[in-house]
Amino acid sequence: MGRETRAVSKRPAGTGLAARLANVFRLTVKELRSIRADPIMLLLVVYAFTINVYSVATGASVEATNLAVAVVDEDRSALSRRIADGLTPPLFRPAVEIGAAEIDGALDAGRVVFVVEIPPRFEADVLAGRKTAVQVNVDATAITQAGNGSAYIRTIVADQVASFLAGRDGAAASPVDVVVRATFNPNLKSSWFTSVMQVVNSITMLTVILTGAALIREREQGTVEHLLIMPVVPSEIMLSKILANGLVTLVATGLSLVLVVQGGLAVPIAGSLPLFLAGAAVYVFTVAALGIMLGTIANTMGQFGLLAIPVLLVTQLLSGSATPLESMPAGLRWVMWTISPTPHFVSFAQGVLYRGAGATVVWPPLVAVAVIGGVYFAVALRRFRRVVFGA
Amino acid sequence: MTGDCVARLDGVSHRYGTVDALADVTLDIPAGRMVGVIGPDGVGKSTLLALLAGVRRIQSGTVTVLDGDMADAVHRRTSCARIAYMPQGLGRNLYPTLSVFENVDFFGRLFGQSEAERRTRIADLTRATGLDPFVGRPAGKLSGGMKQKLSLCCALMHDPDLLVLDEPTTGVDPLSRRQFWELIDTIRARRPQMSVLVATAYMEEAARFDWLAAMDDGREIAHGAPAEILARADETSLERAFIALLPAEKRARHAPVVVRPRVAAADETPAIEAEGLTRRFGDFVAVDHVSFRIGRGEIFGFLGSNGCGKTTTMKMLTGLLPASDGRAELFGAPIGAGDVGLRRNVGYMSQAFSLYAELTVRQNLDLHARLYHLPRAEVAPRIAELLARYDLEAVADQRPDALPLGIKQRLQLAVAVLHRPPLLILDEPTSGVDPIARDAFWRTLIDLSRDEGVTIFLSTHFMNEAERCDRISLMHAGRVLAVGTPAELAAARGGGSLEEAFVAYLAEAGGVGAVPAETESAVPATPAGVASAEAPAAVPKRFDPGRLWAYARREAMELLRDPIRLVFALVGPIVLMMAFGWGISFDVENLKWAAFDQDRTPESRALLESFSGSRYFTERPPVSSTAELDDRMRRGELALVVEIPPGFGRDLQNGRVPEVGVWIDGAMPFRGETTRSYVGGLALQYAQQRAIERAGPNASASTLDVEVRYRYNQAFKSVVAMVPSIIALMLILIPAVMSAVAVVREKETGSIANFRATPTGKVEFLVGKQLPYVAVAMASFATLMILAVTLFGVPVTGSFAALALGTLLYCFATTGFGQLVSTFTRTQVAAVFATAILAVVPAVNFSGLLVPVASLSGGARVLGLAFPAAWYQPISVGTFAKALGFSAVWPQMVVLAVFSVAYLIAARTFLQKQER
Repeated sequence: MGRETRAVSKRPAGTGLAARLANVFRLTVKELRSIRADPIMLLLVVYAFTINVYSVATGASVEATNLAVAVVDEDRSALSRRIADGLTPPLFRPAVEIGAAEIDGALDAGRVVFVVEIPPRFEADVLAGRKTAVQVNVDATAITQAGNGSAYIRTIVADQVASFLAGRDGAAASPVDVVVRATFNPNLKSSWFTSVMQVVNSITMLTVILTGAALIREREQGTVEHLLIMPVVPSEIMLSKILANGLVTLVATGLSLVLVVQGGLAVPIAGSLPLFLAGAAVYVFTVAALGIMLGTIANTMGQFGLLAIPVLLVTQLLSGSATPLESMPAGLRWVMWTISPTPHFVSFAQGVLYRGAGATVVWPPLVAVAVIGGVYFAVALRRFRRVVFGA
Repeated sequence: MTGDCVARLDGVSHRYGTVDALADVTLDIPAGRMVGVIGPDGVGKSTLLALLAGVRRIQSGTVTVLDGDMADAVHRRTSCARIAYMPQGLGRNLYPTLSVFENVDFFGRLFGQSEAERRTRIADLTRATGLDPFVGRPAGKLSGGMKQKLSLCCALMHDPDLLVLDEPTTGVDPLSRRQFWELIDTIRARRPQMSVLVATAYMEEAARFDWLAAMDDGREIAHGAPAEILARADETSLERAFIALLPAEKRARHAPVVVRPRVAAADETPAIEAEGLTRRFGDFVAVDHVSFRIGRGEIFGFLGSNGCGKTTTMKMLTGLLPASDGRAELFGAPIGAGDVGLRRNVGYMSQAFSLYAELTVRQNLDLHARLYHLPRAEVAPRIAELLARYDLEAVADQRPDALPLGIKQRLQLAVAVLHRPPLLILDEPTSGVDPIARDAFWRTLIDLSRDEGVTIFLSTHFMNEAERCDRISLMHAGRVLAVGTPAELAAARGGGSLEEAFVAYLAEAGGVGAVPAETESAVPATPAGVASAEAPAAVPKRFDPGRLWAYARREAMELLRDPIRLVFALVGPIVLMMAFGWGISFDVENLKWAAFDQDRTPESRALLESFSGSRYFTERPPVSSTAELDDRMRRGELALVVEIPPGFGRDLQNGRVPEVGVWIDGAMPFRGETTRSYVGGLALQYAQQRAIERAGPNASASTLDVEVRYRYNQAFKSVVAMVPSIIALMLILIPAVMSAVAVVREKETGSIANFRATPTGKVEFLVGKQLPYVAVAMASFATLMILAVTLFGVPVTGSFAALALGTLLYCFATTGFGQLVSTFTRTQVAAVFATAILAVVPAVNFSGLLVPVASLSGGARVLGLAFPAAWYQPISVGTFAKALGFSAVWPQMVVLAVFSVAYLIAARTFLQKQER
């Protein structure tokens, strides 16, 4: 029998740049195959970028529309009816008429946010020039709508009274004509805003969970160990996870913007979609590194879930995508700017998608995202080595 | 029991997808005997046992056990108190964080035993198994043999009439294996009426049983006493007899293993040289100064009890684990943890299957070929060669998770040798593999060693494999006890078999878990528990609060032993509450504005002053051109620009109403809208001012007043509304994610088998597991409330009792939601993912946190109301801010209660008491 002894390899193979890139490429293909093999996950990705975005954009509006209002009409005059009729859609839901005794109940139960109370002899008092008052009761726990809604009601009541009187004697007109124009979103429709912000939220949520779970799955099944026996290094494993999961999220983002946001919701996108996707790629890299970092801190899926939820909520709600960043306390704002890439990306996304800003304008936030991403990646790699080698 | 049959199978068939696990099996299993089911992997042994134990649903045919039809749910419930089932896998039905005592105690509670009875039984059982010195040790920290003994204790806790053991000794070392069977013998001597049904891959074990059923390809090929089977096949050993009974074409594939002599290699550098190799984990020394030399082309066997440091040593040699001390060289070069070049010389096969279950067999091979940088042209031929050589062609495009263990092991070996490494490190490569597949595996190992000079370093529990090695090393408790050829070692301990020598070495070293002979004799002939077994076992009740409590207690203990999870669950909400309480604010302030004054008259400046005087606005340098206006707004630098046209002052003086343009950044509509209302207010103020200037102070006396009364929150501060809403948000997300892994984790680890094999009802299981999470959620609620009152100054103005009761109902609903997700998902990943995605969006957007539910419309309203958060938010906000009591919020409480019950009913529907 021919006997040949296998040669012992001494050459440090698999360390050249080309070989490394090839490794990353192969591992990325593997990750993509793993993702494809889990239909439930893919279904959830599709859900997050379609139904999810659509329902948030069409349903939840912080703009003053659909305000739930009730009227207590104790005057029952032409003027009081006129005021009630002035509360029209889309700003208001059709006004419900209730009795004076029902005011507390309606507000307590949260059935309405505003109650407009028109006192007896209101029209007569107005015509006679006697001092009179319309009372507006506002549920001030409905914090997003209470302020603007009551301002609108105040204006409508004043306008209706003014035009009612205008027929009778020449009421003094305003000395100046203030024309307010909203740039980028002329009708201040909130679906323009929430749809895109929901896409941003979906990017964050999916990338963190997908990459973190991909790592925990490998750790729990022991396949990471097997990978490390082979001529691959931790950074290649990490990069491939970031690339594969990032790619899935990016493709879903692009499709969601074109099909759901532009198509289904008819939201115009002012700026360049390729520029946005390029920025999103940087952002995805950063949050994927965050996902890996969380995946090295948690040991089991149970722990990962508990760790990821608060992190996701903080990045989502304190990013300027839900509430104005300017109204956060300065210290907290500074902290979020330092540790979270999301406020930067939100400002980038608003710049590109709404204001149509170009790369020369929006590069600073993008650099910030990249720098934070670099730090995350370095920390994740360090932890990854430690956790996997158990040192 | 009629006749002498404990169980009967009649025409039983079972399919998984297109694969037949059992094909028309008809078999009578004698009672009061030790019955073995033997056969290769994947022939349906486990399926058969699971059907007999009632944990798997019968597809076709009749299964009669203990005189009743196992398809009948009532019979299953009444008889499961008389059956005990121990599933395959080392300690798979144990709870690793629970101690030995707590594990057994849990089973006692499930069978409704009193505390005194449990104590006596546990004392008896642990003494009999030699576990009594370790009753306080967590099950996860026991060796494999001890885990199996503990599993046996759990199974015997209720004195079953039928004991079903699925491969109880696979992966267990020879000493522990011997002790395990001695234990079974002792117990059978005490309770001769008990029938024991065992599946095993060890033929030498099977030879000691009373009665055997041999299976192949889902069919029974022979049954009877071992002697009868040997006689029928005309063979002397059961292993050979089994092969002889196989269909002809299969028999032809088998060839005996012949170990050819080793030719010394030309290169004298040892393949592996270790000196003083040591590995510590904290205080624990896993490997203690181990030294050995392995020559080129040698087959070197590593033997030892479970947990003796074999795997750790192998991991150090592959560079996976850095050594704490000592030195190891491969082919004369020292091992470094990050040494990529060295890895090309090693092929490694880990103990557990560690290839990708989601890739096909071919894709797994392809991935490894590419990562080892095989030349492109060689990849396809090499994969084809390996598929042929390891008999994997038929399954090349299947995923490995559906394949039997033996085939998976062949795949792992194919992967390990793919890059033709001169050294193979194989950690228990044949554990759980049937005899035929094992022999085939060994033939390839011998070919590799003898024909290609590959050095093979492997660990095993099979003595016949150890005998085929050139040299073996015995390891115990981190130390090497002896090294030499199998013959030398056997001779050194009296010249008996290698197994006897092995046991002798271990006993001498004071093997952990060894049962001293005197302990066994100390077991009373009839322990307290056993006496009652003579009476028929009590029929379990349909619903037993004791079992529910047993599950609640166990889940709570597991939760308490996982402090990381507990800390996340309690601290997470506090951190979030602080971040959100301060961070989420809908107050619009600090709006950056600039003037674009093309008029520059005192009149225009007067108008602009009303803007700079407002507390909502911060002034920036003025804009001087339209282009600049566009640019600065595009950058997002300005939120508001006031443009005054040329001739404004003149027009104003002349009573012509001049136009003032105000530009608002509409990129964020909420902020834009608030800005617009601020501008409206300023314009009104300006108009009144002008009127006063022109007509004197009387003009301002308008007759109409619109009084706005901010109810519940006079100061109109975000925090008053946000804090109660955040509590609602926290109490849905955290508890739901916690409970989402509750059921699916048991599915993944295998402890769900206990639910299936015991009288536990679905509601007992679900509610029992839910209670600890409700308790954690309520604790979280308490901390959040204290935080709300003290730190944020948001007191509960309404009824505290109503708030507490509402919260309790809410927590039942939210944990119920998590459990529901847990029952229909298959992996923890999917459960966490699904809960997060399904819960975050409605909880954040449609529950009143950002938008009042009254103002939601369409699908969003439906989505919001279909989720408990939208119903709890009015209770939380109502009792905190609106001073409400029971009378106002009871309808929401009723809805929350309905949610909890509905989730429970849905979860009950999805949860399978029997596996499909």
